[in-house]
Amino acid sequence: MIFSFEVIISVIMLISLILYALKGGADYGGGVWDLLAFGKRARKQREVIAEAISPVWEANHVWLILVIVILFTAFPAGFSTISTVLHIPLTLMLIGIVFRGSAFAFRTYDAKKEESRSWGLVFSVSSLITPVLLGVILGAIISGNVIVENGIVRDGFIKPWFSLFALFVGLFTLALFAYLAAVYLTLETDDEELQDDFRGRALISAVISGLLAIAVYVLSGSGAPTISRELSENWWAWGIQVVVFILAVSAFVALITRRFRLARMCAIGQVSLIILGWAIAQYPYLVEPNVTIFNAAAPESTLKLLLATLVLGGFLLLPSFYYLLRVFRKL
Amino acid sequence: MAISLGFHIIFAVAGIAMPLMMVIAEWKWLRTKKEVYLSLTKHWAKGTAILFAVGAVSGTVLSFELGLLWPNFMEWAGSIIGMPFSLEGFAFFTEAIFLGIYLYGWNKVNPTVHLISGALVAVSGAASGIFVTIANAWMNTPAGFDLIDGKPVNIDPISAMLNPAAFSQSLHMIIAAYAATGFAVAGIHAFLLLKNPRNQFHQKALYIALAIGGVAAVIQPVSGDILAKTVAQNQPLKLAAFEGQFKTEKGAPLKIGGIPDVDEMRTKYALEIPYGLSLLAYNNPKAEVKGLQSFPRDLWPPVAIVHVAFQIMVAAGLIMIAISIYCFILMIRRKKIYNSRRLLRILMLCSPLGFIAIEAGWTVTEVGRQPWIIYEVMKTADALTPMPGLVVTFSSFTLIYIFLSAIVVLLLLRQFRASPEYVDKGNSEP
Repeated sequence: MIFSFEVIISVIMLISLILYALKGGADYGGGVWDLLAFGKRARKQREVIAEAISPVWEANHVWLILVIVILFTAFPAGFSTISTVLHIPLTLMLIGIVFRGSAFAFRTYDAKKEESRSWGLVFSVSSLITPVLLGVILGAIISGNVIVENGIVRDGFIKPWFSLFALFVGLFTLALFAYLAAVYLTLETDDEELQDDFRGRALISAVISGLLAIAVYVLSGSGAPTISRELSENWWAWGIQVVVFILAVSAFVALITRRFRLARMCAIGQVSLIILGWAIAQYPYLVEPNVTIFNAAAPESTLKLLLATLVLGGFLLLPSFYYLLRVFRKL
Repeated sequence: MAISLGFHIIFAVAGIAMPLMMVIAEWKWLRTKKEVYLSLTKHWAKGTAILFAVGAVSGTVLSFELGLLWPNFMEWAGSIIGMPFSLEGFAFFTEAIFLGIYLYGWNKVNPTVHLISGALVAVSGAASGIFVTIANAWMNTPAGFDLIDGKPVNIDPISAMLNPAAFSQSLHMIIAAYAATGFAVAGIHAFLLLKNPRNQFHQKALYIALAIGGVAAVIQPVSGDILAKTVAQNQPLKLAAFEGQFKTEKGAPLKIGGIPDVDEMRTKYALEIPYGLSLLAYNNPKAEVKGLQSFPRDLWPPVAIVHVAFQIMVAAGLIMIAISIYCFILMIRRKKIYNSRRLLRILMLCSPLGFIAIEAGWTVTEVGRQPWIIYEVMKTADALTPMPGLVVTFSSFTLIYIFLSAIVVLLLLRQFRASPEYVDKGNSEP
């Protein structure tokens, strides 16, 4: 079972999701710091953020499209369940994505400059809301309340996602994205004062993320019982949580001692492992408690071909993506 | 969904052809080292960037929307036609990466790499368009599965991609993209030349845009003919609706214009060319064309809409061809296109024609397929989500797209207003 097509494709989907969180997520976080820019260097902070995001945000964003495309090609039944039950938060998230993307485009390409501040506000507010909605959706998917039985949505279109647990997963997502962004931004400027601004933000958001992580963990007992049990009873789950903790502490220390490259590596490891741990806890479920990656899978002919495409596409894509990041010195 | 696609198609089409023009301008810059080409490249690149940014978010919306509105369709068809969407995902990714390098890498990569990045943007943009159109073609001529008890079995995604309409439909779409964008851009620069006739910036732009739009417009009938024959073979009912052909007859005439009257079962006020339809659809003036009367009434698409849209598309295409040929003749006679104010005015007025043709063609293919979402397999009504209050979703997506379009138009207008001056020193007096 472990080396079946279903699992391999799920792993690729997971990697895309992790990359989306690491790259696209940080772009959202940039928007948060744009909103919260203050002090006498506020304008400079915003410039650093805009310069860091502009060349790459569209490419970063495509990771999300890739996740969706793999989902509906390989697991059409899962896609249909999620998009039926979570219609409302998905729609809201899309509205957030549209406003953010277009506001950013407007701010960057507008020939007139004076209006760009209000567009900047649209950009940063939607950067704040969209990750929360993304987290709410993920929280709902693991809650065990997203259920379609015989073509009928069991719990209606609001209850499955309108919960304290899902909300806290949303806030946790936002905090992590903001944390990632602040850590990356310390490396986007050579100005020591600006570096210190972002370092301070990274430290604060690290603490907030940690507190929210604990809150999510506590709430998961009733909010997502299956996942919660997996996380507390499994030895590997403990292993991952211990490593995440060690990385979090190391990132914190590295930030304090201004070792920003090390901090970035730790932060990347931290976020990747959090998503990985969640995914392992959820295995083999795509949507708790009825949809698994096996019963929702497309026929093998489709999976085989999709895998071939993903592998070939990967050979094309990954070097190009790497090159993009190299050109703009993001590695 | 249809509305979202109707808007998206405009961003997407412009996003396919703009990079090609931008790369041609850059290539000219590298060859001639004339400043004006560099400036043109940078301006067109900005236009491309705006279209791409908005296209990226509108594309994201669409990929989710497939599931939000048609979960049953996606559950049923995802495994069959997910492939072209996955390939499109990769093409889109390539486009995003190299556009990033292109736009922000002027001083970071060497000129050849820069030009290649631009070319990759153009190629992957076209590839995206082809893959998406293939998925749509599958809805017209579904293939790659067997239908047993209403469920698809023996799924073969490769034959699904190679469905009968895939080649002709995507060819037609891609050429349309170049023709429409070429004409639209030419029209805008023609307008600016009317105000500022000596500006070389617009002169050069006009030539490049017209070259692409003109060549595409002139070869378009060939792909249209291939596509019409595909439709005749696979969707005879749809062809009958295109043509407003109610009667089943041998040696059917080609109807030009006219308004189909469904109650009287005939198309009124049309100009008829004897044997024309049989000849075009089957290469044989005596061939039998199945009319709408041969099909159950409840499977007819809205005939009047389809027929009229089809006529609009063809008419727009013909006008574009006429203009292209006229410009070509002028060029052979070594006359400067931009010195004829009348021609500039015509070009300006015709600049939306290609997009009108595309929207009309989109109406023809989508409305012409109704009541099916997958031709003769699944009805549109059965694919809809059970979510109540869909009006809200539909209207909010519509608002999103109106908002996006307004932004694009506004941004592009401001770009054009900021276009630079390169005064032509009068070496091209008539």
